[in-house]
Amino acid sequence: MEEIKDVVLSYVIEEYLEEDDEEIAYDTPLISGGIVDSFSMVSLKRFLENKYSISIPDDRATPEAFDSVNKIVTLIREFTG
Amino acid sequence: MANIGAYNERIRAFDWSIAEKELDYSDGNIINIGWYCSDRICLQGKRDRVALFWEGFGGNEKQFTFNDIRVASNTIGAFLRNLGIKEEDRVCLFMERIPELYLSFLGVLKIGAIVQPLFSAFGDESLHVRLENAQTRAIITQRKHLSKVKKIVDLLPSLEHIIIVDYDDRKPLQKNEVAFSLEDAEPMDQFEIFPTKSESPSVLHYTSGTTGQPKGVKHVHYSLISQYLTTKWVLDLQEDDIYWCTADPGWVTGTSYGIIGPWSMGITQAVLNTGFSAEAWYRFIEKYNISVWYSAPTAIRSLMKAGNELVKRFDLSTLRHLASVGEPLNAEAVLWSEKVFNKPFLDSYWQTETGSIMITNFPGMKVKPGSMGKVFPGITGTVVDPKTFEPFTEPGKVGLIAFKPGWPAMMRTYWNNDEMFRKKFKKGWYLPGDRASLDSDGYFWFIGRDDDVINTGGHLVSPFEVESALLEHEAVSESAVVAKPDDVNMEVVKAFVTLKPGFEPNNELELKIMNFIRKKLSPLAMPQEIEYMDTLPKTRSGKIMRRILHAKEWGEEIGDTSTLEEDE
Repeated sequence: MEEIKDVVLSYVIEEYLEEDDEEIAYDTPLISGGIVDSFSMVSLKRFLENKYSISIPDDRATPEAFDSVNKIVTLIREFTG
Repeated sequence: MANIGAYNERIRAFDWSIAEKELDYSDGNIINIGWYCSDRICLQGKRDRVALFWEGFGGNEKQFTFNDIRVASNTIGAFLRNLGIKEEDRVCLFMERIPELYLSFLGVLKIGAIVQPLFSAFGDESLHVRLENAQTRAIITQRKHLSKVKKIVDLLPSLEHIIIVDYDDRKPLQKNEVAFSLEDAEPMDQFEIFPTKSESPSVLHYTSGTTGQPKGVKHVHYSLISQYLTTKWVLDLQEDDIYWCTADPGWVTGTSYGIIGPWSMGITQAVLNTGFSAEAWYRFIEKYNISVWYSAPTAIRSLMKAGNELVKRFDLSTLRHLASVGEPLNAEAVLWSEKVFNKPFLDSYWQTETGSIMITNFPGMKVKPGSMGKVFPGITGTVVDPKTFEPFTEPGKVGLIAFKPGWPAMMRTYWNNDEMFRKKFKKGWYLPGDRASLDSDGYFWFIGRDDDVINTGGHLVSPFEVESALLEHEAVSESAVVAKPDDVNMEVVKAFVTLKPGFEPNNELELKIMNFIRKKLSPLAMPQEIEYMDTLPKTRSGKIMRRILHAKEWGEEIGDTSTLEEDE
């Protein structure tokens, strides 16, 4: 599971962080912290679904469930069994 | 008692001079929005009243009195003037909802320059076309958005100054860059405000159309008259209110009603500069005792999704009046807010070009859930036949919303595009581009846009802009962009593309294209879905027929396809 954490963190850093943003960690708030907005969440969800061959229902893809790398990993675990 | 009093009485005896008198303004006088929102309030004895409660990421808090915002806006104005910025120069504000954004807005206006607010999530291409069109001389921004400005600065010869409000010495300043720190600058208690008149330009907001590049909507200082009175009568702000407008000042709601309206009335407002979460929003209302809340249907529907139990964990009893704008507020959302907040969200309708609220549900008025409400006093509005542009004589017919021009906040033109401005008028009516019906009680009922512009979460996205950007992706050969229905955002962007030889239509490429548009234009413009096609439907002359694709998404009849070259 450590690997998933790192994959998600790297992707968020690569895709969503602006040049001068502070560094982020596994528990940094992503949505409420303004790093990933609600529209961009769709592309993050799509990345996770492609990467882990899962389908996350829209009612589970909430700002709260996507609000940190740790929370995202919990969600992925649920759908990957 | 609501500020508006009896609606029918207001309609009967209305004149915009009501607002002029309350603002001590007479025709020909100096009128400067920056002064009205700060200096005048201090002169009324409210210098120590809080103008702004601000909260940012990580619980960072600040507050500013009306005297603080008066001095800070003077200070920013003086800094800009020292750089050589003069009246009618365009100064872009490209910041998140940090205090400097609100204070710079007033500072730019105080020197007679034109404020050009742009949404900070815009990518470099969106920024470029808007700065180029406006021939912007200065941009005020933050470190985190600087990289986008740097990418385009060499393409913009007019852009002489890039002002960074949180510069930290980690990297040397580059071409045209200059640091400004409000905390370190010498406060300017006394300042000579530029004597703008009623028709002096004030704010330049950009909005998207079906075709062509975004258009700069030019407003003037006299817009204050409409913005003040609509704030007072529709948002019903009263002396002790704490007001929260959730809109970003990159869009017109965030300036007309997130700065000008409340501050010209001397009302305290609160701003939350964090990402959305239902819990954070409720906590903010509880913490700052918000009494009047102006939000958007997308946010309200997101709150609905978060559930009723969450609401009960917070004391939201200070909420007195709720209003909504940006897209039609569905009846379910009105009924939900009555259930959980014990009061309905009252829908309001207007747009960047109108500058102020045109149709709305007023405090005290009977609400018909799902309706847009009635016209604001002083506004002549109706629904006209889309062919003849004559008002319908019978209620219930679907046509185009139309207003008689002449209210104070009406746009004066599109920047460098008078021709497009003139096209917005037919037979003496201004047509905002929306379809609706009007019932026998004078309530308007929204139907939809009359063009291909996509309204996503209350923000307009031009399909043309997205289609053009898609063509810049190495894999895309042709593109067509339409609105797709969405439960929360009303509409989202959907793209149909054909690929160049050598590219495989797969999920990985779809994500790459989505992210390409997100960074180039903005997250709002990012297609939430991309469908690969072998060919796109076209007319015989080769024009891509969006309406076929739109009809498919909305489950509508395709209509006449006699000019179609190829169907799917």
